[in-house]
Amino acid sequence: MGLDFSVVPSYADALLLGVLWTVAITVTSAILSFFGGILFAVIALYGPWLIRLPFRFFAWLFMGTPLLLQLFLIYFGLVELGIDLPAFVAGVIGLGLHFAVYNSELIQTAILAVDKGQMEAARTLGLSRTQALMRVVIPQAVRDVIPPIGNNMIALLKDSALVSVIGVSELTLSAQLAIGRTYRPFEFYAAAAVLYYIINLGMEAVLRRIERRTQLSR
Amino acid sequence: MTEKHPFVDIRHAQKAYGDLEVLKDINLTVERGEIVAIIGPSGSGKSTLLRAINDLDPLSSGEVILDGTQVNKTLPHRQYEKHINQMRQHIGMVFQHFNLFPHLTVRENVTMAPKLLKGISAAEADKLAEEQLAHVGLLERIDYYPSQLSGGQKQRVAIARALAMKPKLMLFDEATSALDPELVEEVNLVMKKLAEEHMTMIIVTHEMDFAASVCDRVIFMDGGVVVEEGPPSVVFKNPTQDRTKEFLRKHLSQYAESAN
Repeated sequence: MGLDFSVVPSYADALLLGVLWTVAITVTSAILSFFGGILFAVIALYGPWLIRLPFRFFAWLFMGTPLLLQLFLIYFGLVELGIDLPAFVAGVIGLGLHFAVYNSELIQTAILAVDKGQMEAARTLGLSRTQALMRVVIPQAVRDVIPPIGNNMIALLKDSALVSVIGVSELTLSAQLAIGRTYRPFEFYAAAAVLYYIINLGMEAVLRRIERRTQLSR
Repeated sequence: MTEKHPFVDIRHAQKAYGDLEVLKDINLTVERGEIVAIIGPSGSGKSTLLRAINDLDPLSSGEVILDGTQVNKTLPHRQYEKHINQMRQHIGMVFQHFNLFPHLTVRENVTMAPKLLKGISAAEADKLAEEQLAHVGLLERIDYYPSQLSGGQKQRVAIARALAMKPKLMLFDEATSALDPELVEEVNLVMKKLAEEHMTMIIVTHEMDFAASVCDRVIFMDGGVVVEEGPPSVVFKNPTQDRTKEFLRKHLSQYAESAN
């Protein structure tokens, strides 16, 4: 039996809808992971120990266990505690928190690497430590880690395929559904791969633009 | 007219890192409008003393009093933070390595603190930035980023940034040491201008010529103590202490060599 790609176009609408869901979940999770990463970095570095210690445990949990398991835990597990999240929300929380922890590691390192003179100059002007962190140190740290955070975001896009298992009809699940009807796994997985690659190119273009815009402020 | 208390009054300033005593019971006063240079070999404690004035490097013991208010008050942490942030608004500081905020434009560098701490409007902030940058001769660079400026220009922006808070006192920590020789003069000119406007300034410097021509008083420090102080004409021409003589011999001979 040879390959027959002519079946793919008739599922174009379903696949494009899958693309939209993939983009939606990736962008939402990316935003959550970005701001969550900043927040977690600040907690990890400057939080009182009463918050910092449980946070460490939480970070270890997210870095040390499979993302797939975390998604199951959030989507199926939390129901037992009376928290019944829609699949999309559960997926965003799982992906967002998982990558927030990774982003937080990058941002922590970057915060510590900002020249000490920056904090001193800000404090000398009369800014409080918190104001100096918010206005001077953290913006520079975040600017410095845009490229590696960008890499994390591309990893996030690829890992967004995992939310297909909790029933978010994103690109991978859309392809699977089409395969279920046509029994053409190669054609649809290949089509999905091409579509992921195109989304990826778009993301890289956006990231490059952001990097270019921060060039002068170095 | 003499005031009841000195404008800046440093009393029994002592600082130690473990066993290493870097400031040994220093007493120093500066009058309003006075321009004081602190000179001395590296490791003499001059920068440490300067940084103790705005409590950037807290003293182990002793008092720093500015215009009748103690800067390094003993207060519970939260109250102390409030107090010191308030005090620092009155004490401008310029660093050897400029420490401009690279992620902000020149305008934003100058206006960030006044906007945040004095709650001035955007229009007032723009006016303030224009004023201060015109003062240091960099109005045309107002919308540049620090990365687009030369070292001398960066330092002039740093001075404008400090002045935008309308400080009572300016501290200069080797403001020209990191600059290429040909850029030193433009920064010195700005500092001279401030001197003419009777800004009170304490200047840690290696530049003896500048200290001699601009400052009212020179303080020579070595080994954490003030060895000698007086008008530049006296300290540079007729030093009484051997350590001062030796230091000046080295430095002035270096000057003579580089001049040839």
